[in-house]
Amino acid sequence: MRRAPSWIWALVLLAAILLFNLLFTPGFFHFEVRNGHLYGSLVDILNRSAPVALLSLGMTLVIATGGIDLSVGAVMAISGAVAACLIARPQDSPLGGINLHGSIPLIILFAVGFSLICGLFNGILVAFLELQPIVATLLLMVAGRGIAQLLANGQIVTFHSPGFSSIATGAWLMMPNPVWLVVAGLILFGVLTRRTAFGLFVEATGSNPTAARVAGLNAKGIKIAVYTLSAIAAGVAGLIGCADIQGADANNAGLYLELDAILAVSVGGTALTGGRFSLIGSIVGALLMQSLSTTILTRGVSPELTLVLKAIVVVAVCLLQSPAFRQIFAKRAAV
Amino acid sequence: MTEANVLLNLSGIVKQFPGVLALDRVDFEVRAGEVHALMGENGAGKSTLIKVATGVYPANGGEMTLGGSPFAPRSPDEAVRLGISTVYQEVNLVPNLSVAENVCLGREPAGPFGIRWRAVRARAEEALKRIDLTLDVRRPLSSCSIAIQQMVAIARALDVSAKVLVLDEPTSSLDAHEVAQLFAVVRRLRGEGMGIVFVTHFLDQVYEVSDRITILRNGQKVGVWNTADLPRLELVTQMIGRDAATLERPASALAPAGGKGEPVVAAENLGRRGAISDATFTVRSGEVLGLAGLLGSGRTETMRLLFGLDHPDEGCLKVDGRDTGRFSPREAIRNGFGFCSEDRKTEGVFPEMSIRENILIALQARRGWLRPLPATKQREMADELIARLRVQPADAERPIQFLSGGNQQKALLARWLAIEPRLLLLDEPTRGIDVGAKFEIMSLVESLRQQGASFVFVSSELSEVVRTCTSVLVMRDRRAVKTLEGSAISEENIIGAIAGDQA
Repeated sequence: MRRAPSWIWALVLLAAILLFNLLFTPGFFHFEVRNGHLYGSLVDILNRSAPVALLSLGMTLVIATGGIDLSVGAVMAISGAVAACLIARPQDSPLGGINLHGSIPLIILFAVGFSLICGLFNGILVAFLELQPIVATLLLMVAGRGIAQLLANGQIVTFHSPGFSSIATGAWLMMPNPVWLVVAGLILFGVLTRRTAFGLFVEATGSNPTAARVAGLNAKGIKIAVYTLSAIAAGVAGLIGCADIQGADANNAGLYLELDAILAVSVGGTALTGGRFSLIGSIVGALLMQSLSTTILTRGVSPELTLVLKAIVVVAVCLLQSPAFRQIFAKRAAV
Repeated sequence: MTEANVLLNLSGIVKQFPGVLALDRVDFEVRAGEVHALMGENGAGKSTLIKVATGVYPANGGEMTLGGSPFAPRSPDEAVRLGISTVYQEVNLVPNLSVAENVCLGREPAGPFGIRWRAVRARAEEALKRIDLTLDVRRPLSSCSIAIQQMVAIARALDVSAKVLVLDEPTSSLDAHEVAQLFAVVRRLRGEGMGIVFVTHFLDQVYEVSDRITILRNGQKVGVWNTADLPRLELVTQMIGRDAATLERPASALAPAGGKGEPVVAAENLGRRGAISDATFTVRSGEVLGLAGLLGSGRTETMRLLFGLDHPDEGCLKVDGRDTGRFSPREAIRNGFGFCSEDRKTEGVFPEMSIRENILIALQARRGWLRPLPATKQREMADELIARLRVQPADAERPIQFLSGGNQQKALLARWLAIEPRLLLLDEPTRGIDVGAKFEIMSLVESLRQQGASFVFVSSELSEVVRTCTSVLVMRDRRAVKTLEGSAISEENIIGAIAGDQA
């Protein structure tokens, strides 16, 4: 018996939004090539959803173990601050003494490495000190922005580095680089979870932690791994944000994106209680949220309505996923 | 019998689940002042029928009357208000609330200033007294043993003025004394004119307490009998739909496996505070060591030490002659140990995951995440084990939560067979399982033993211990008190040792 994937409703709504635009928004499906870049609303949706899509990949695994990672927005800020400071080398930054001679691969490695340490910190708090995930990651959510400010010495660090900026603004095969980063992330996470037994272990740990221990799973190791992966994904998302604005703003980089990522994951059909997860579902969820925002923008709806409309769509998907709601509906239909 | 004393009448009940017809036009009636046993193999539809009658599931067809008037509860709560109370097989209470809160949950006596806690406690004590149980009702439920929790669930069911009381495998986790206590209550309630539905797998108990028996098989009603008119052999035959004679174990089966094997695990003065003290025993290859004793005598605790789920604070454990020190379940599994827990809900199943994943998880955990079992191999192994243990339905991709309790148990056993254990710790492996499956499990144990595997076996059914074990360690009050071997293993001797005879 083949069941429909859990993210089917998110996909249906995404299709509905695109259909709506096809019918009512002139030029929505229009593509144009300029300077070897593909432009158009659809490309824009893919490009702009990239940070949240990356976050949602890591968030999916964390949520599947029954946890949650509130720190990803702050980790984005840290990663961005590290990269900006290593490029611009402001005198008063604690990182000012490190000279990487503008080597972009090394800068990326450093920024992602900092994120990885953040993830290990989260993982150790959850796995070994057995703090509740929401509390453990709340620590870094609050403190992380402080750390990012310390690194940048309270400044908004700006830089000029066409090479680094191309992470966000460049393109390959006419597609913006962030889209490729998401594709690469999805493939990497997909291979890691489904071509090895890691995904099974993650699901088992989230489904029943006690039984997982009895079955011989190393729950602590698995938890540390998922929080680390989540932070690495956040680090990469932070690089995109930083490269996009050519600067690091510790207060605003990635602000509230942890919530968008959690939304994308739950809209994508992964239960917040842990267990079964779907990476593709989370990507579909992220795309759904972004296409909604883009649609609202291009249609000139007043921005005050944006959040309300988003909320309505999220509620709709969640209701459609809920077995209890569907049962009520089925009963009505039968009468 | 006249219509007048029929309390609950179900006729032509149909219940369809996705892909399964769970109940096919089943009739069932309960009269006032009778204990009516509902029998059948795992997956025969007993629990489903109970759940339809108590408003958990709506029926897809059929009619129900309670006390002569039409009855169609839309929720368990409504069923309770109309007079049907249920105690389920697995304790469905709130562990971190107090005993008193659990007994009165949802119907707390309230005054103008909210809940009257004093009245709640008094009412809980009253309800517990009705079943001869005295304990501090302010204790959190989780601090009580499973048996006590079960009794609290019964007290809760009795707290409302029920006309019909449904006991769904209430005795699974009770020891002999507690069962006797429960039956005293059941008889008293029957005397008060209550109708009692009793679902169990224990044949002795059915004959001890029930007046009539309804048998279900594959979602259909086989028939209804007066207990006195249905011989035991006939009952089993009707339940499983084949000749019970085939279930008799050949007398030659338990021939010793040729001399004494190598010691696999040896415990020397093993102890852990509050769990077990001074246990000394050896399990050799090709041996089945039974741990016999009352509930709470330290049987499960001993197994947890052997599997590394808890750590001893006295004495030592030797595996293959070497002192182990502290070890985790992971290391125990790497050593070829398996542990089939009695608490399948919290320590066993991964509910939303497939039967295949549930079966292969321990093997995969041992191989590590970097060496996944190939998909074809997974399917092969799962299908083979499903067929071998006759898990129903035999669909490896179905989430395990949709299986009946007994079939979940079989799948969990399959999980440990998959790792081809050297030593398998079986804690009540046959609890809640039908007669046919019990026999299959016992013969599986026997054939693996012949091949040199060893077992530690805990069962509350002494006849199983006697039939299966090559030696028996009798435990009393968290101590190992006596070891029985060979021809000394008999129900009489075990009971004697449990009771403390020095003979």
